Amino acid sequence: MNSNVNSNKNDKPILEVRDLHVRFDTVDGVIYAVNGVSFDLYPGETLGVVGESGSGKSVTMMSLLRLIPEPPGRIVSGTARFRSREDDLDLLQLNMRQRAKIRGNRIGFIFQDPMSSLNPLITIGEQIKESLERHTKWRGPEARQRVVELLEHVGIPDPDARYGNYPHQFSGGMRQRVMIAIAIACDPDIIIADEPTTALDVTVQAQIVDLTRRLSEELGIAVIWISHDLGVVAGIAERVMVMYGGTVVETGVVDDLYAHPRHPYTVGLLGALPKLHENVPELVNISGTPPSLFAAPSRCPFEPRCPWAFKTCRERRPALESVQRDGHFSACWYDMEKDKPREVRR
Amino acid sequence: MRIDAIDQRGVYSPLRRFMKLILRDKAGLFGVILFLLIVLIAIFAPQISPHDPLQQNLRLSRQPPAWQAGGTWEYPLGTDNLGRDMLSRIIYGTRVSLTVGFLGVLIASTLGLVLGMLAGYMGGRTDSFIMWITNLFLAVPYLLLVVVVASILGRSLLNVILIFGFTNAPLFVRITRGEVLRIRKSGYVESAISLGASQGRILFDHILPNLIGPLLTVATFEMSGMIFYEAGLGFLGLSVPPNIPSWGNMLSAGRQYIQFSPWIAAYPGLAIVFTSLSMNLLGDWLRDVLDPKIRRSA
Amino acid sequence: MSTTQPYVSVRNLKQHFPITRGVIISRKVGAVRAVDDISFDIPAGETLGLVGESGCGKSTTGRSILRLYEPTAGTVMIGNTDITTLSPEALREKRSEMQMIFQDSYSSLNPRHSVAKIVAEPLVIRGERDQGKLRRRVEELLDLVGLEPDHMKRFPHEFSGGQRQRIGIARALALNPKFVVCDEPISALDVAIQAQVVNLLVRLQKDLGLTYLFIAHDLSMVRHISHRIAVMYLGRIMELATYDELFRNPLHPYTQSLMSAVPIPEPKVEKSRTRLLLEGDVPSPSRPPRGCVFSTRCPFATDRCRQEIPQPRELTSGHFIACHNVDDPEVSPRINESRIAIVQSLEDASTGGPDRTFAMATGAAAPGAAAPGES
Repeated sequence: MNSNVNSNKNDKPILEVRDLHVRFDTVDGVIYAVNGVSFDLYPGETLGVVGESGSGKSVTMMSLLRLIPEPPGRIVSGTARFRSREDDLDLLQLNMRQRAKIRGNRIGFIFQDPMSSLNPLITIGEQIKESLERHTKWRGPEARQRVVELLEHVGIPDPDARYGNYPHQFSGGMRQRVMIAIAIACDPDIIIADEPTTALDVTVQAQIVDLTRRLSEELGIAVIWISHDLGVVAGIAERVMVMYGGTVVETGVVDDLYAHPRHPYTVGLLGALPKLHENVPELVNISGTPPSLFAAPSRCPFEPRCPWAFKTCRERRPALESVQRDGHFSACWYDMEKDKPREVRR
Repeated sequence: MRIDAIDQRGVYSPLRRFMKLILRDKAGLFGVILFLLIVLIAIFAPQISPHDPLQQNLRLSRQPPAWQAGGTWEYPLGTDNLGRDMLSRIIYGTRVSLTVGFLGVLIASTLGLVLGMLAGYMGGRTDSFIMWITNLFLAVPYLLLVVVVASILGRSLLNVILIFGFTNAPLFVRITRGEVLRIRKSGYVESAISLGASQGRILFDHILPNLIGPLLTVATFEMSGMIFYEAGLGFLGLSVPPNIPSWGNMLSAGRQYIQFSPWIAAYPGLAIVFTSLSMNLLGDWLRDVLDPKIRRSA
Repeated sequence: MSTTQPYVSVRNLKQHFPITRGVIISRKVGAVRAVDDISFDIPAGETLGLVGESGCGKSTTGRSILRLYEPTAGTVMIGNTDITTLSPEALREKRSEMQMIFQDSYSSLNPRHSVAKIVAEPLVIRGERDQGKLRRRVEELLDLVGLEPDHMKRFPHEFSGGQRQRIGIARALALNPKFVVCDEPISALDVAIQAQVVNLLVRLQKDLGLTYLFIAHDLSMVRHISHRIAVMYLGRIMELATYDELFRNPLHPYTQSLMSAVPIPEPKVEKSRTRLLLEGDVPSPSRPPRGCVFSTRCPFATDRCRQEIPQPRELTSGHFIACHNVDDPEVSPRINESRIAIVQSLEDASTGGPDRTFAMATGAAAPGAAAPGES
């Protein structure tokens, strides 16, 4: 997959994921969580990853640095080439020590529930300082000064006093700011944000989105923003990747994808969204339920729920192909641009 | 409007799921099999024992196990200082240990369930009172209690069971109370209230069935503990009368011969270790299997 | 407050939870004012959307109205009965008319009960023992919410979130209630499933003439389902109006900020729209600010706001607002300016939208395609 349009046209991707397969062996069966996902991430860009629960969006990203539990999880195959100023390596081939050097240092994380990532017994300041001392040359009072600057940078009022506070003394939104401070502390190349605003109120969510966007621009950090909310993604992402049933079904530049969705699932999702700005008589029902993840996908995963589905969809799995719009790809046998089934070479 | 049934493609059948669940935890499976074996041994003790466990034969005293020099297959694990068959005594000892464990836990859990449900559901003064008594009970060292009771009422199986039953009840009270408090706040109890359900219905239809799982798990661990402590008491000469073959008594009797006839103490000791182990493994296994929500985790 | 006879009428409802200290002799040292003096009506067959952020007291309001908590003060009339004065027996009887759909469909269904038992429970509580009748009614209810009869024997954990929510709805409807409190029934669901459940609730309301109190933190979904919307903050209602009026004319600064924060799936608009971002955090409901509860975060707050509690008043017909400044000659122009900007960006967004919809597939689909959506 080659993206023609991105924010830094001439740059090579900082992250190239190819044909990633991840499975979980459970007592209920084998879960086919990620089934051949490929994507690129360019330096400094923000990639929104959208999908419902079980779509594989989080597992894909967490697998890159082996943050899924193994076992039951198992990375079956795939490559993830990470190319920064210093490094050029396959993330999936790293040993534990090499991974530890990348994690939290070159690639930062922000999770949905900041409380679970923060130690309740250590002050906020010390926790950021610890991360800083582990990965950088900052030490002692200088490191402390740097932490205070970071806290100020993420918009925590009175950072010098807040340095000595414990996580429970912060509100949900403030804790998420702390997580962002930890994520950017080592000046990473990539930040992976896994539903960072889902647990927050809308007014706080708006603040966090603004902050992330500002930091990404200022520091030139590439951001992977995982979310189930197309609205939030519209506000932060430059490119969007839509996932369904463990596969990428559509990807494109955000404006183009929202205005001209070319995969039936994206079309349905945009129609199912309640609109604050207009009143529609009835929301679109994407009938049916998400696909069973316990079976290896052999056909199009969206076929049972798709109003455009025809014979080929039940027989073969579609691959991502260009939809004759710049940088816009869709994995669908139906050509929406021409409004007829795609020519299929047998 | 019609929605499809759940997409069940590729999901294991209930039988296969159950097998997976069992086989996944190898240690648990080992515990279950061992435990069942021990229970069977206790039930069929008269049928499988090669000798009468009380039959003394001083001429054959301290005969070593069969595979050691001087041993015979007549007495596979050898004989004790009074010439009684070790294997038969160990087999009969299973009965004492399991009886103490089962009945002790039965008393403790019944008491704990009733008092814990009262405390957790009624709250207020009832709760304070029950918890006060419970804590008082916890503060008494059980060994002291055993010594006092044994010296007043004499050594008997019933006394041991009663003491274990009562001294372990506080633990069950606490666990039950905690679970009741949690379940009381749960969505399904709230929804039962909003449906107009009576107190009795909430208590017996919603709270009680959800207590069984956690309590059964704790009961298994407790049973293991009781068997262990019964043996300890027997060793100190505070449990069942010496004429009853129990592991503790055997251990105690074997102590003075440990240097030259180590098997007299060793095999009862091993029996205690394996029984205790099997129950601890069983407890872990039950915790997994009894949880209806265990899903998507391997 | 309303021209037609309301089915639900709440007056000066207060729900305070005491904060106690001491183990043996407990004494009251304060109170969490979860709901503090709110009043509203819901006409029969209509939906009132109750919106606010976490901790604003919206869920507590729902529970107080159904007397799952004992209200501290105020009256709640449901179909001509003041339920705050009912005896426990009368209340249990009355519960068949008023039901609740819970946010967490997982915890609100007993994991050890089958679907049949869960849905039949309200009938069993009312003394129905005839197994045949129970079975038929359960089948009927499952059909009503779009589940299959053979789902009866299954257990809650075998269902997806959306399906569990349907089970909860079936149970709530078993006794033919007239009034249903929907406590964030869709917040935990995926977008596509949210739409399914909301469409179901709307259809059930039409078919069965239900009256809803729909509690949510999401203005966009509330707009879709509600006839009127009340915006809550720290235990009080800030603004209440019909959905059209509220979205065209959001007068309260808090409503404005809430509206400007809800993300819009229009990338160009979303990245550039005017926002009324709030500073700081919501104060603790155990120590609410003097005067207007919103005054500590309101960008337009004056000294008067910090001293005097604004009472809700009907500014125009059916539009209630609790704010000193909406007609204050000094401040109101600024509030109005902010309102225009926020409403404008919503209007900008409505010109966009995707160029493909499911509806297009109906005509264009190849033979053998499944019918889009359902109705």
